[in-house]
Amino acid sequence: MKKLTSAPYLLWMIIFVLVPLFMVAYFAFTDSGGAFTLANIIKTKEYAPIFIKSITFAAISTVICLLLAYPLSYILSSMKLSVQGTMLLIIMLPMWMNFLLRTYAWQALLGNNGIINNLLGLIGIGPFKLLNTQGAVILGMVYDYIPFMILPLYTVMAKIDKSITEAAEDLGCSKLQSVIKITVPLSIPGIISGITMVFVPAISTFIISKMLGGSSNLLIGDLIEMQFLGNAYNPNLGAGIALVLMIIILIVMAIINLIDKSDSDDKVLM
Amino acid sequence: MKKIIGVLCTALILTSLAGCAGTESAVLDTTAIDTEIYSSFDGQGVELNVANWGEYISDGSEGRVDVIDEFEKLTGIKVNYTTYATNEELYAKMRAGAADYDIIVPSDYMVSKLYNEGMLADIDFSKIPNYANIDEKYKNLAFDPENRYSVPYFWGIVGLIYDKNKITEPDFGWEILWDEKYADNLLMFDNPRDAFAIAENLLGLSLNSSDEASLKAAADKLREQKPLVQAYVMDEVFDKMAASEALVAPYYAGDAVTLMEENDHLGFVVPESGTNMFVDSVCIPKTSKNTDAAHLFINFLLEPQVGVANTYAVGYSTPNKKTFELLDDEMKNNGISYLDNDYLTNHTEAFSALPEEADKLMSELWTSIRSGE
Repeated sequence: MKKLTSAPYLLWMIIFVLVPLFMVAYFAFTDSGGAFTLANIIKTKEYAPIFIKSITFAAISTVICLLLAYPLSYILSSMKLSVQGTMLLIIMLPMWMNFLLRTYAWQALLGNNGIINNLLGLIGIGPFKLLNTQGAVILGMVYDYIPFMILPLYTVMAKIDKSITEAAEDLGCSKLQSVIKITVPLSIPGIISGITMVFVPAISTFIISKMLGGSSNLLIGDLIEMQFLGNAYNPNLGAGIALVLMIIILIVMAIINLIDKSDSDDKVLM
Repeated sequence: MKKIIGVLCTALILTSLAGCAGTESAVLDTTAIDTEIYSSFDGQGVELNVANWGEYISDGSEGRVDVIDEFEKLTGIKVNYTTYATNEELYAKMRAGAADYDIIVPSDYMVSKLYNEGMLADIDFSKIPNYANIDEKYKNLAFDPENRYSVPYFWGIVGLIYDKNKITEPDFGWEILWDEKYADNLLMFDNPRDAFAIAENLLGLSLNSSDEASLKAAADKLREQKPLVQAYVMDEVFDKMAASEALVAPYYAGDAVTLMEENDHLGFVVPESGTNMFVDSVCIPKTSKNTDAAHLFINFLLEPQVGVANTYAVGYSTPNKKTFELLDDEMKNNGISYLDNDYLTNHTEAFSALPEEADKLMSELWTSIRSGE
């Protein structure tokens, strides 16, 4: 019975995850004629600066997301239950709007003649160059992906038994100490999945950098998009770059999970 | 009580949605159209997949004729309309095999590239009586010398859209795109063929150069320009120029006409040193399953009235002489859409398909320009 119910899921995984992965690998190791080659992988080396830039941008935005989302989730989880639902809805509300539209809105806000510069102009400062900068790209990433950080953090924190923190405080812990000693260790799983859910889409995004980054903030996602959707049609090279990116993400995820493991070993309360 | 509020809210949302859909588009005058030939597919549930450039048809906005809707009403054929931003994107979609288009509108060089790779079907011109409306000047062009697989849709040239208030120099050409005065206020084409053409013209090279030295020289020129470029764009030009986010951008003349209609601060310059003249043509891919319906669609596009609706909507230059006769003087003499023959013959060059090696080299150079620091 168990096997039967999992069959659709397995089939789904095979057709839409496994087969495409093999196809990416196949394209990465062949040339346009279908013959085996390592050229695509070797050529990826030329784009090392872009890889580094993408990883840096994604890492910075993940850290900012975590710093912003952690206190927010903490506050959220300690609110009255009835209020929590409403607050969560407010956080999720922007996500109902199309992702492209939200990024596009930042163009209108940050532009030289955008709303922010116009307002600054009223009090006699600016205009500042806000759009088409690295900062704009990171801002876009943080803005677009922060709900993915808040959700897992909030879910984990809401589940933490209140009596544990109360016991800690009864035994003389200050508020801050109980957060550091109780809440943070118990919310590690939420932190890990939050990091994963922000870092992975951020490292491979192409539209945010394209819309907010101007001419010189091309990221790895843009490079892959160029190889597939025209402009420099070369799906083999595109697949090669995608494969290398996949391996990098895999390594990063492995390192993060390692931290998770070593941490949970120390945990007394689990 | 809660329920009543819920129902009221839903009703409110629905009525406001209905209000949005209420903007009327103009109705096509079908009196001059021989409706007889369009009725052959009625009630058969035929679907037609059309892929066209963005902003490249009269779509019923701003009170104009909705060409697709009119065709559906006239024939009973359902049209699935999609758009693309560059020739290369269309090519990629066709090559990937995922697209099952019945109608595509590639530009000249892409027409011959697709044909050379065996991706275009021959067109049966006996099924397109309106082909007679096309001006002889736009038949037998280099990319289809025997007129077998393409029907001209619009043509145009590339020039410079600029902010008249901020750029006051009397004469300028492509070199303004390398002028440090305008650093960070320049936009550039986000496709290799158009971008290389500008560099090649400045270097005195043919726009169809295929030798390594010329292509590399053009690439160096583009690399030199990169630090000055605000962003590489295609249709984003509309927003950025209209909102004065940038001061100058190379783009297609037809879109310049549309932009200038709505923005008094914008002007258009046709560089004296010469430019690219392009012809976008309607073609039927070999994979099309509804070629008869596709022929009917092409014939419909060539109806003089349909052409007029499209010309006013997109601003590009029509190759259809019956349509041209119906245009008002303002459109005919706007100084952009229909340039004098002397300039067109002596200072413009059409793209032809590059040999495969050159094409590949250009793609690689473009990737390295865009990805470089």
